[in-house]
Amino acid sequence: MSTYPDNLKYAATHEWVRLEEDGTATVGISNHAQDALGDIVFVELPEVGATIHAKDEVAVVESVKAASDVYSPVSGEIIETNSLLEDAPETVNSVPYDDGWFYKIQISDELELDELMDADAYSDHCEDN
Amino acid sequence: MGQKTSLYQKHLDAGAKMVDFAGWDMPINYGSQIEEHNVVRNQAGIFDVSHMTVVDVSGPDAQNFLRYLLSNDVAKLDEIGRALYSGMLNETGGVVDDLIVYRMSFGYRVVVNCATRDKDLEWIRAHSKGFNAKIEEQPQLAILAVHGPEAIQKVCSILDDERAAATAELKNFRGFESRAWFIARTGYTGEKGVELILPNEEAPDVWDKLMEVDVKPVGLGARDTLRLEAGMNLYGHDMDESISPVAANMEQTISWQPQDRDFIGRAAVTTHKAEQLAGNLPILTGLVLEQRGVLREGQKVLCENGEGVITSGSFSPTLKHSIALARIPINSGACQVDIRGALTDVRIVKPNFVRFGKKVFE
Repeated sequence: MSTYPDNLKYAATHEWVRLEEDGTATVGISNHAQDALGDIVFVELPEVGATIHAKDEVAVVESVKAASDVYSPVSGEIIETNSLLEDAPETVNSVPYDDGWFYKIQISDELELDELMDADAYSDHCEDN
Repeated sequence: MGQKTSLYQKHLDAGAKMVDFAGWDMPINYGSQIEEHNVVRNQAGIFDVSHMTVVDVSGPDAQNFLRYLLSNDVAKLDEIGRALYSGMLNETGGVVDDLIVYRMSFGYRVVVNCATRDKDLEWIRAHSKGFNAKIEEQPQLAILAVHGPEAIQKVCSILDDERAAATAELKNFRGFESRAWFIARTGYTGEKGVELILPNEEAPDVWDKLMEVDVKPVGLGARDTLRLEAGMNLYGHDMDESISPVAANMEQTISWQPQDRDFIGRAAVTTHKAEQLAGNLPILTGLVLEQRGVLREGQKVLCENGEGVITSGSFSPTLKHSIALARIPINSGACQVDIRGALTDVRIVKPNFVRFGKKVFE
């Protein structure tokens, strides 16, 4: 697994966004985040239909170490959440960029993506901290 | 850069994530602490606990000294090789540390916690004045703990015939000395297994041999969830110098008989039981949360009879829900835990959750 896939944008708070062809976006947490959290045991996902603003607390991850808030990197309406994480939260640890996605969102402002980091910038950000 | 055990390189080779633990560089996990936890419950895992403190006590007054120093009575160790779990109390009846003491051919071997090393050594030495006893720390010894249903069989498979035979017939809380080694059936996981106390320079080879027979390395993260499932206390969390053993589920470590055995803190703890029954001292009990969510140390517990606090909490990989130890008012019926602002119903159970891989509460 690539630690920082090129086709994603990243927030300083370690969430990633993938813009899909149909204008929706998929959101999850990065490999750096899952590694720092340790084994994940519960994921609390938002309600489908909820209106979210960028930087809102949108999900909670409970790991063996601690509970951590997840902040939405983009604004929009939640259209789907990943039901796999209900029974297999450890998927986030093993495949954070694929099957470990958290939610899909109909984004309201594509320009917000420009404010996020690309893979190189995010990689630097992780090394600095 | 902290202190390193003789297995430091082995941990790195096995892919350990190293952390600082009370000034030592120790493995927190080797990838997944949940997988490591499950390996101990289902097969066999090995822990490097060489950072713990081994203190040998010898001399004509060794027994008298330890009978004074400890809440449990080493006179109960009627044979060489027997062990017991005890608290070491201060004058106000608070717990200075918890420990295991083994009766040895030369006197006694006391194993205390790592984080409390300096405090404990100073305490032990200070209170040994007036006793003809020698107190000698043994930093040249490593400790390997191997636990799980397959542990004893796998350990025996790498030992010479003599040691293997003696290990195979060890009863619980007993050990034997063999040349420079000491092997005992004690542990911190609620599984069958042994602790090997051996010279540092021999530990890496033993580690390798156990890896070859499929014993898996297990880090401190899993060690904590294993001991919590087994209802075992962690010093500095479930009790400390301000907490009575009576309020820490450690009453069974106080040996009241014979009545004329004076031990440090005896007068104080004698009053603690009565105070607890009168509702002036809390109890340490178990809590379970059978829905989503994780109980964590420091969370407030709201009971009918007042407020309490979680002293140790985590997700239980064996039970697949959260469990905790909590200090709460005696005779509390229902209670709730404040989990990040949300009052959550929990059940009070005896502070023992899993033993030999099986759930032990209703």
